[in-house]
Amino acid sequence: MIENQPKVFTVLDLIDLDLKEQNALNLRCIAGRSGLSRAITVPDLNRPGLALAGFFESFAWERLQIFGRGENAYLSMLQSQNSFDSIKKLFTYQLPCCIFTSSLEPGETFLAEAEKAGCPILVTDLNSSDFSGRVIRVLYDIFAPKTTMHGVLVEVFGIGILLTGDSGVGKSETALELIERGHRLVADDVVEIRCVNGSILMGQGANKVIGHHMEIRGLGIINITHLFGVGAIRDKKQIQLVCQLEDWDPNKTYDRIGMDELTAEILGVKVPKLEIPVKPGRNIPVIIETASMNERLKKMGYHSAKEFNQNIMRWLESENARALYFSRDDY
Amino acid sequence: MVELETTIKNRAGIHARPSAMIAQTAVKFTSRVFLEKGGNRINAKSIMGIITLAASFGSVIKIIADGPDEQAAAEAIKALFDSGFNEELG
Repeated sequence: MIENQPKVFTVLDLIDLDLKEQNALNLRCIAGRSGLSRAITVPDLNRPGLALAGFFESFAWERLQIFGRGENAYLSMLQSQNSFDSIKKLFTYQLPCCIFTSSLEPGETFLAEAEKAGCPILVTDLNSSDFSGRVIRVLYDIFAPKTTMHGVLVEVFGIGILLTGDSGVGKSETALELIERGHRLVADDVVEIRCVNGSILMGQGANKVIGHHMEIRGLGIINITHLFGVGAIRDKKQIQLVCQLEDWDPNKTYDRIGMDELTAEILGVKVPKLEIPVKPGRNIPVIIETASMNERLKKMGYHSAKEFNQNIMRWLESENARALYFSRDDY
Repeated sequence: MVELETTIKNRAGIHARPSAMIAQTAVKFTSRVFLEKGGNRINAKSIMGIITLAASFGSVIKIIADGPDEQAAAEAIKALFDSGFNEELG
């Protein structure tokens, strides 16, 4: 597993984000284009009301500055009073950007000052609360701890399974068979993993352009979407189980009962892990399917191995109890 | 562990064919081989992984090999980059 160095996330990246309808931010830039390369360093917002009123103590300038109806009304008042000191002072800070909600637009002086300072001014048609909710969600996602892992992420019976293992152990072939059986591919080879909310691992392909392609030895690169249809793919999926495929090692003891629970730790989050030995004649996809169903049973509160063992213990108990009534000679 | 740096010399960058050449060279060695570009590190034995790097002409790539034959592995891959994958050089 390799930790990625955080990349700089700029205002331009924020505008460029490709988000679906209910998450779209609808941002456009109306001034200060030269500052679009400014970095957004914290996933947080600030309403700069106090700053506009001239109070700059503890001013959280490094956050996105959100101007709603209140702030905009105050700006118009400043404009009518020709008092621009606080606006000038505001732009002495390296603000990442100012965002006006509800399609509001500030007065000319404000825009001119922003242009001078090279601070991007963005406008969105969403209202402040809607926009804040969406942008916070987006930023938390972007600033979430991230890593990339070598493996294949598939969704099997609704469970996100990360297949890992050395090159050539048959991860892609296993995934292909799973897709053929009606399960879904999320990402092949390079899986980008984000830790959301500190406890959920979201996996997705590292790159949209080459996403949902697989390399199968002997076939080359194939396009899963075109071959199996959109039903066979998914954009992202929570990783709920890690299956580590490895060449059968006769000296290693593999779990035969399923009582001990192995876990894999990814970005500090523990995920159940299975070590699956690969040997000719072992049908790995069926094992993965079964593992997935077993995982679902566990989530529903039924643990096959534990339940089995409890039944055995109960039976042994009852045999003991019966032995009290019958002398051993009766058998 | 051996680390070597190289730049992409062929005009087209690392598309499918060069990426296959790198992966095929890397699997010949038992060492674990990685390529790194801009803090992004991937397994050099995986074609799709290498393509994901989006290494275009002029990008700087770090080759990292770790294992018993690390020196030979890193040098063999560096030689591939330096030869420009038998393609038109930029």
